[in-house]
Amino acid sequence: MSSRERILGRVRRALADVPADDTPYEQAVERGYAREHGDRSVGQTVDLLAENLADYRAIVHRCTAADLPATLAGMLAARGARTVIVPPGLDPGWLTSADAEQVPDRAESTPHELDRLDSVVTACAVAIAETGTIVLDGGPDQGRRRITLIPDHHICVVRVPDQVVSSVPQALERLDPARPLTWISGPSATSDIELDRVEGVHGPRTLEVVLVESPAGTEGTS
Amino acid sequence: MSGTFVGMPAFPKAAHEAVNNQTLRGNLRHATHTIRGKRAKAVAEVSDWAALREAGKQIKDHTLRHLDRYLVQVEEAVTAAGGTVHWAADADEANRIVTDLVKATGETEVVKVKSMATQEIGLNEALEAEGIRAYETDLAELIVQLGKDRPSHILVPAIHRNRGEIRDIFAREMSEWGRPAPEGLTDTPAELAEAARLHLREKFLRAKVGVSGANFVIAETGTLVVVESEGNGRMCLTLPETLISVVGIEKILPTWQDLEVFLQTLPRSSTAERMNPYTSTWTGTTDEDGPRAFHLVLLDNGRTDTLADEVGRQALRCIRCSACLNVCPVYERAGGHAYGSVYPGPIGAILSPQLRGTQSEIDASLPYASSLCGACYEVCPVAIDIPEVLVHLRERVVEGGQVTREGNKVVLRPAKGHAAERAAMRAARWAFSHPGALRTGQRLASRTRRLHPRSLPGPGRAWSATRDLPPVPAEPFRDWWQRTNGGKDGAK
Repeated sequence: MSSRERILGRVRRALADVPADDTPYEQAVERGYAREHGDRSVGQTVDLLAENLADYRAIVHRCTAADLPATLAGMLAARGARTVIVPPGLDPGWLTSADAEQVPDRAESTPHELDRLDSVVTACAVAIAETGTIVLDGGPDQGRRRITLIPDHHICVVRVPDQVVSSVPQALERLDPARPLTWISGPSATSDIELDRVEGVHGPRTLEVVLVESPAGTEGTS
Repeated sequence: MSGTFVGMPAFPKAAHEAVNNQTLRGNLRHATHTIRGKRAKAVAEVSDWAALREAGKQIKDHTLRHLDRYLVQVEEAVTAAGGTVHWAADADEANRIVTDLVKATGETEVVKVKSMATQEIGLNEALEAEGIRAYETDLAELIVQLGKDRPSHILVPAIHRNRGEIRDIFAREMSEWGRPAPEGLTDTPAELAEAARLHLREKFLRAKVGVSGANFVIAETGTLVVVESEGNGRMCLTLPETLISVVGIEKILPTWQDLEVFLQTLPRSSTAERMNPYTSTWTGTTDEDGPRAFHLVLLDNGRTDTLADEVGRQALRCIRCSACLNVCPVYERAGGHAYGSVYPGPIGAILSPQLRGTQSEIDASLPYASSLCGACYEVCPVAIDIPEVLVHLRERVVEGGQVTREGNKVVLRPAKGHAAERAAMRAARWAFSHPGALRTGQRLASRTRRLHPRSLPGPGRAWSATRDLPPVPAEPFRDWWQRTNGGKDGAK
């Protein structure tokens, strides 16, 4: 007998005392919990996102779409970044003012090569206000998971309010589980030594989030 | 379970030694009280906590009662997404599967993200025996590994170490495993974390094989979820060419939507955060992003035996948040090592004796490693009634009875150490059903009370070693009642 059959058989025997129950799954669980916490306007939800990101020691910037290139250029210059990784589908207009050398992410670039680069700029898939979380789904403007992991400085651009949701349940509705997802809440951190929080063990030690106002007319309702 | 803890003394002895270690008690007290306070605050932020807790319990219970169906669904979904599924009935089989997979890549080292399941099966030791070195990459696990130590907490395995001890371990041991600690390393947490970053980065960047566990596996999509803080998880899950995940069969959730419950309750219960810094989800393999080969090892190792126990099966709802450890007055004083298992604290006291059976001295003692105060049940985000299971397991240890081991029903004999207790209970039952004998005995006890020893002789000594014997009154209650007409006569 294969281990597969052995384990499945053991499960069935273990459950012999349990009465059969064919309730469909949608009805089997009471989901009386909240879809979001609190009653906020769209603007307040974006403010809450900024507040919670900052509470988790991400550095938050806010600007208009027109000011985004100058804002990004300023952030990279302030870090002294000489090189910046760019996902293939990043809006080319975003980095037109930046002095740093733009390095496209290539499949054949090794982790060691990525380790020599200073910064990375990406968009995101969705941001969660209540938890201060940005979620990347590997879309063309976010790139492969490794590019937001190895460089020590990650700049993530969130289009507000389109890409902002209030809560974890609302975020999951928007995400496709078939894609590899990375949820990021603040920079890499550890509290393993006497519970003192230290930023940056293995992931980027600096996370900067730019909340960029969508051009008029494209605002969502979330 | 793991061979790591073979030869551990039973809980009372190990705990006795631990409570005399002042450094350990200080470290533990500081840590558990800090997390406890933060957790209460994080939970209070969420107005629907009770509803989330109930939903979490129901999701897990539903999954467990249809586990065969969901296991097959996981297998189909992972396979369809480009992964390979393996089934392991016990620790040896899981270790053999992983070892063979690593060997097939031609590699002799792997990077590991902290995983309770791989600790449970003793994977690192099994790989070592085959000439494969496994590097733990979570900072606390690194401290434990370099210190040739054992983890003592589910979430913060090096909770028992203070910064001075950690500095000494790094300075002494890092060079044995790769990049040495920087010259003049001090004991500030930031410097220690930096040393770990440099030491491990060279391993991450060259690693070809990663090994992980998973916090959740979604049946409908075949998605695995790993929740972490440091980014070492992301390194292990995305940089290697081959990823092997060893996951207990109880980690399944039916749907993607179910994560909305657990991604709210797990971080707040464990690290007391709104959300942990990093959560990674992946479904099979993705072209040009992440590992090219993905293997999922579904692990039984006592879980189906636990599932067969009507009272004890609720332990399989556990999401390994460790909230119960941080509130437990017994854990706080005894520390994780005293439990002789990778699962310490209240959850360990009910999980280990079920996964491993109650035959060994340590496992028979674990259901007693509790004051039954109920704090663990209060904080549990999936509402496991730990005190109920503890009492149930105590009964099993004392009375024996039918249990399932490795899928077969067996009848356990009562544990040896409890013969005196059983004899005393039998004697009490006889005395209470023979009023004359009881009265005579009570009068005799009252009259001889000045001669009674402070502690019990023989097999009762263990009981009275930690308690004072109750004083025997000068007059039995029943005699007093008769003499004074129930106190109505006013006499004392």
